[in-house]
Amino acid sequence: MVRLVVDNRQIETEEGATVLQACLDNGIYIPNLCYLKEMDSPPGSCRLCLVEVDGYNQPITSCTIKVKEGMIVKTNTEHVRRLQRTAFELLLSVHHVDCRRCPANRSCELQRIAKYLHLGVKLKRFEQLERRVKIVQDHPCLEYVPSRCVLCGRCIFMCQRENGQAMLSFARRGLDTVISFFGEGDKARATCGQCYACVEACPVAALLIRNAHSQ
Amino acid sequence: MDHTRETEEEALLNDIASMLAAFEKERANLIPILQMIQERHHYLSASALQMVAKHLGVSGCEVYGVATFYNQFRFYPPGKHRIRVCLGTACHLRGGDIILENFERKLGIKEAETTADREFSIDRVACVGCCALAPVAIIDDTVHGHMAPSKVEGLILGFEIEKQREKRGKQHGESKQ
Repeated sequence: MVRLVVDNRQIETEEGATVLQACLDNGIYIPNLCYLKEMDSPPGSCRLCLVEVDGYNQPITSCTIKVKEGMIVKTNTEHVRRLQRTAFELLLSVHHVDCRRCPANRSCELQRIAKYLHLGVKLKRFEQLERRVKIVQDHPCLEYVPSRCVLCGRCIFMCQRENGQAMLSFARRGLDTVISFFGEGDKARATCGQCYACVEACPVAALLIRNAHSQ
Repeated sequence: MDHTRETEEEALLNDIASMLAAFEKERANLIPILQMIQERHHYLSASALQMVAKHLGVSGCEVYGVATFYNQFRFYPPGKHRIRVCLGTACHLRGGDIILENFERKLGIKEAETTADREFSIDRVACVGCCALAPVAIIDDTVHGHMAPSKVEGLILGFEIEKQREKRGKQHGESKQ
């Protein structure tokens, strides 16, 4: 067991755990979107799980550092909060906010983070960009809503994990980036429609089981 | 027409299949293979991507993801008339994006796409070296300077008239025989 101090509280965790996981296990919430505890090397791409650690002169993503004995971690400094708010505001600037009609309403990870960071979901600092991407309805049992997607990549990871080969992937680039289901002829695709691990992993209801929700 | 397309597609896939044999089945070969296909056939069709995926033992969507990331890959066969709209600095300032939009609307396709009849394809390019003529569009090998929305209409109409004339000429020739 490793002992570390988070926000002046001593916690214990297993060796080799990430700081983020250690905190979550001990009831200390750190905002995060792209992390799943099954990941061996988290992408660290959502930039929300930043913390300050003694010995580092900059805030660091807690999902990518392992716990060390005697580590001193602070999750709520002004510097960390400022970075988290900016990252969150940028994420929401390309998110189509329509909570009342969204199936994820009340279970949405973005709403949870907004509340935690004392921000609303209608933000004004950055210009709202609508990602004008065509919705390609080419999957037999899944539906994808790009205007909700935060491109965290959890679905891709889960599919890879469940099926050995990801049946979805990022496609295109920049503002046009989407999750794509390309590959109708893939044999592995035949199993699709059984696990729905991707749908479960989605923090914002951008991936849905087809026909389960009315648009 | 559809029949010729099918045989064309088949020939394309056969050619790719024969070329694939030269590549070892390693993920690292993905981009070189895509480049090879693009070089020989000028575009990557869906079935070609699927074939590459099968050869390398990766999923089709992974190949698609990599291919769509790079600007160098096309997914539509080039049209008979290639329209290239310059969006370099000077053309951008003189409204090159409006010219691009005009072409897109007129032909009902987006940039990097080809019309269903394969007559036209639209591409955006960055500077063709005659900024004084901005905004510039290049159609086939002809440079059209000082482009304006009205010119877009005219150019496309010109091609349509030419096509009709050709068709009529052909019919005329046939009826003579």
